[in-house]
Amino acid sequence: MSSVTTPPLSRRAGEGKDPAGSAPGGASPEEEAALQAAFDAAVAAEERIEPRDWMPDAYRATLVRQIAQHAHSEIIGMQPEANWITRAPSLRRKAILMAKVQDEAGHGLYLYGAAETLGTGREQLLDKLHTGRQKYSSIFNYPTLTWADVGAIGWLVDGAAITNQVPLCRCSYGPYARAMVRVCKEESFHQRQGYELLLALSRGTEAQHAMAQDAVDRWWWPSLMMFGPPDEESAHSARSMEWKIKRHSNDELRQRFVDICVPQAEALDLTLPDPDLRWNEQREHWDFGTIDWQEFRDVLAGNGPCNEQRLHQRRAAHEDGAWVREAAAAHAAKQAARATPPDPAPGAADTKTPPLPAEQAPQSRPPEHAPQPRADESAQRGVEHSS
Amino acid sequence: MSATTPPATLAALPLGDDALILSHRLGEWAGHAPVLEEEVALANIALDLLGQARALYAELADVLGSEDEIAYLREERAFLNCQLVEQPNGDFAHTVVRQLFFSTYQQPLYAQLTPSLPLAAKAVREVAYHRDHAEQWTLRLGDGTEESHARTQRAVDALWRYTGELFRPVEGVDARWEELEEEWDTGIRAVLGQAGLTVPDSPRHGAWSAGAGRQGVHTEPFGRMLAEMQHLHRSHPGATW
Repeated sequence: MSSVTTPPLSRRAGEGKDPAGSAPGGASPEEEAALQAAFDAAVAAEERIEPRDWMPDAYRATLVRQIAQHAHSEIIGMQPEANWITRAPSLRRKAILMAKVQDEAGHGLYLYGAAETLGTGREQLLDKLHTGRQKYSSIFNYPTLTWADVGAIGWLVDGAAITNQVPLCRCSYGPYARAMVRVCKEESFHQRQGYELLLALSRGTEAQHAMAQDAVDRWWWPSLMMFGPPDEESAHSARSMEWKIKRHSNDELRQRFVDICVPQAEALDLTLPDPDLRWNEQREHWDFGTIDWQEFRDVLAGNGPCNEQRLHQRRAAHEDGAWVREAAAAHAAKQAARATPPDPAPGAADTKTPPLPAEQAPQSRPPEHAPQPRADESAQRGVEHSS
Repeated sequence: MSATTPPATLAALPLGDDALILSHRLGEWAGHAPVLEEEVALANIALDLLGQARALYAELADVLGSEDEIAYLREERAFLNCQLVEQPNGDFAHTVVRQLFFSTYQQPLYAQLTPSLPLAAKAVREVAYHRDHAEQWTLRLGDGTEESHARTQRAVDALWRYTGELFRPVEGVDARWEELEEEWDTGIRAVLGQAGLTVPDSPRHGAWSAGAGRQGVHTEPFGRMLAEMQHLHRSHPGATW
């Protein structure tokens, strides 16, 4: 139906208007009320809100906060896994892990792009991350101590992320919803790869099995915390659900995740570290023990094992790379200058490189060469190897 | 070279080692790149090279065993990669120049070997992209700011001594070495010239051991790199992953 893809004109902010502005300049209170009503109706009718559409300021701010936090989580999340790239114990695993970490950089790119459609640029958001004004998922403040942690992150952390993110593919904001479709496809690869890594360890030597169990022991509870505080304490949930940014409550999603993981842990021959885990006939769900919310708050407040380390590395990479970004911008400016004057400087005019998007380095390969199939190819090759 | 051993089999080891070791070095960048786009780009190059190494090692399976035995269970002196690829990443300029020097060598080499080396046709397309990426960045950095120019010139000067080795004939690799060197020289001079960088006049064939990687003599950082790469695999003898 055309109304799904083409929002009614009444919601449009108007051609040529700054997409960051929430209302057309000088809208009267009556006009504003009409726009609000049209927005509410569109959300209620499951239509997508697009960048040029009118939207309430608080809706925009909520989305920017959420998308930015998600983007930051992708790029900070590269660190604990990259920690094992140079030590990956087989070439097949090394290829899978490198491709996975690369996917996370790619997710960061899509998500910063989605935030940009709301009028907030990547540089601005990175600055907020680097100065601690925006957060990333607390799960990445835990260390990856053994190779099995790479598997536990894939199985549990990516698994929890997928449980959280699949409903976001139906988020009311179009660019975010579309980015999430792609992110979720890649994340489910990662989750399967993590599960398969743990399975190999579990079925391996005694030492390998112990390594896998230890990783699950350490990652299980922090993974449950990834769904956020219990519903009654969740600051942003109610309004986000009303706006259809969010579709299910934290506790609902957490329960869904536990229900999925229990049989998988059994298949892995690994134990989930919760003595209270038992099937509840009445609820038809798994009951589980009490989450240590004090730990959650501590890590969130900056006192997790790796908060400082993660942020330090991120800032260092950014600061160490400043001269590279400056050089790219300076070269682009020189090129532009060389292209316009009637008298090109002799000798220098030969220096022709493709123009860069403002202040950014070039995307190295066209999107059709997106990295995700590599992980799959490697995995398939590996499966063939071992069969 | 014995008449019964197909040339591709012998060629596979030094070429595979080049690809593996440079891939490993590029993998060290993950989470440290100057912009997000370069996280993606450097990982792409690393993955291409790792794929090449695995395809090359596969040809040696009958002689040397599985790809993991070849990568993880050889000692430093048994690796036949050129010393250029094992050089530490340094700053971004250093990594770019190392890639420029290597890809400008690897692309025509693979092109020459296409008939005898099954992987070369696919690899030559990948390497053309690596080379283009390195050339674009050399131009940007050489031309960009005073600082980027100085850093890039330092990288060129430091890595120059490792480039002579690339053209010493390698046993089993049926290439026209002089032609390769001429082509490399022309290509590199053109890029450095466009970038406003100076071609060093220092020797490319040193009297010391620079250039002995093909004989299994490496530089000091290589041993530490291998220790890190091989540690976990070696800690669990016989385990599968």
